[in-house]
Amino acid sequence: MEQEHSAQNTLKDIKQMMERSSRFISLSGLSGVAAGICALTGAWFAHQVISGNDPAFKESYIYESLASGNLFRYKLFTIAVLTLCSAIITAFLFTYIKSKNNNTPLWGTTSKRLMLNFGIPLFAGGVFLLRLTELGYFEMIAPGCLLFYGLALVNAGKYTLGEVRYLGYAQIVIGLVSCWFPALGLAFWTIGFGILHIVYGSVMWWKYDKKR
Amino acid sequence: MKNPIENLNKIFDSRIRLGIMSSLMVNEDLNFNQLKEIIGVTDGNLASHLKTLEENEYIKVQKGFIGRKTNTTYAVTQTGEKAFKQHLEGLEQMIRLIE
Repeated sequence: MEQEHSAQNTLKDIKQMMERSSRFISLSGLSGVAAGICALTGAWFAHQVISGNDPAFKESYIYESLASGNLFRYKLFTIAVLTLCSAIITAFLFTYIKSKNNNTPLWGTTSKRLMLNFGIPLFAGGVFLLRLTELGYFEMIAPGCLLFYGLALVNAGKYTLGEVRYLGYAQIVIGLVSCWFPALGLAFWTIGFGILHIVYGSVMWWKYDKKR
Repeated sequence: MKNPIENLNKIFDSRIRLGIMSSLMVNEDLNFNQLKEIIGVTDGNLASHLKTLEENEYIKVQKGFIGRKTNTTYAVTQTGEKAFKQHLEGLEQMIRLIE
């Protein structure tokens, strides 16, 4: 009996070592929830700016105003940057706390590999989308964000908790669908970055973090 | 029936050596500091276990440089991979036998 027990323990050790050395597992579910809340807040502000005081507001106007109004564009850009920064900072914070509790370094081999593989599709997508805005294809910004973010997540799934890829698949689907609904860009963006993040984060928190 | 304990490898009795092998099985190569970080042991301890594995030709050592600092990386050899897989099979057999 003693032997059976030790054999099982050894297998468990081996599995843990393999996981620990190849995946960054300190990604906190709360990071996802926090990023989602930032996205919802950002979307709300963006919506305020877009609709302004115009009661007869239609989202399809955005693209015309984006093409013409510089101040308008500047405001939206500021909101976007602030949203991104606050999402990154809060997401980082919760993962930092979890990595402290797990006793795994935040800046180790696995996290570096995760960042690199997550960053490559995002960087390519970012540059591509900046060029699209330069050319005036504003309708494609929201679908593009969702698509490239989804691809980055699927890629990152190999280097962190595997469930991240399901969030990626969902973002890709929403991104593709939204290509055909340009007037609802902000709505799709809010579902993808806001609601999906919160759902995903809560599920992950429930599954991995709750008991600790 | 063959005794499953025959498949178990004495060299992998040590948790640290087991840890080194497990990490190297899923990574192309790792350097000393990365292994230290994963397994969480002191320099001297890790070095002596790495030496044992190297002497048995389970891992190969590659000495290189990053700038002027030495960077020694470790990777699993074919012999090591075979031995490790056999050890895993031995463990599995043992569990199945008792079930």
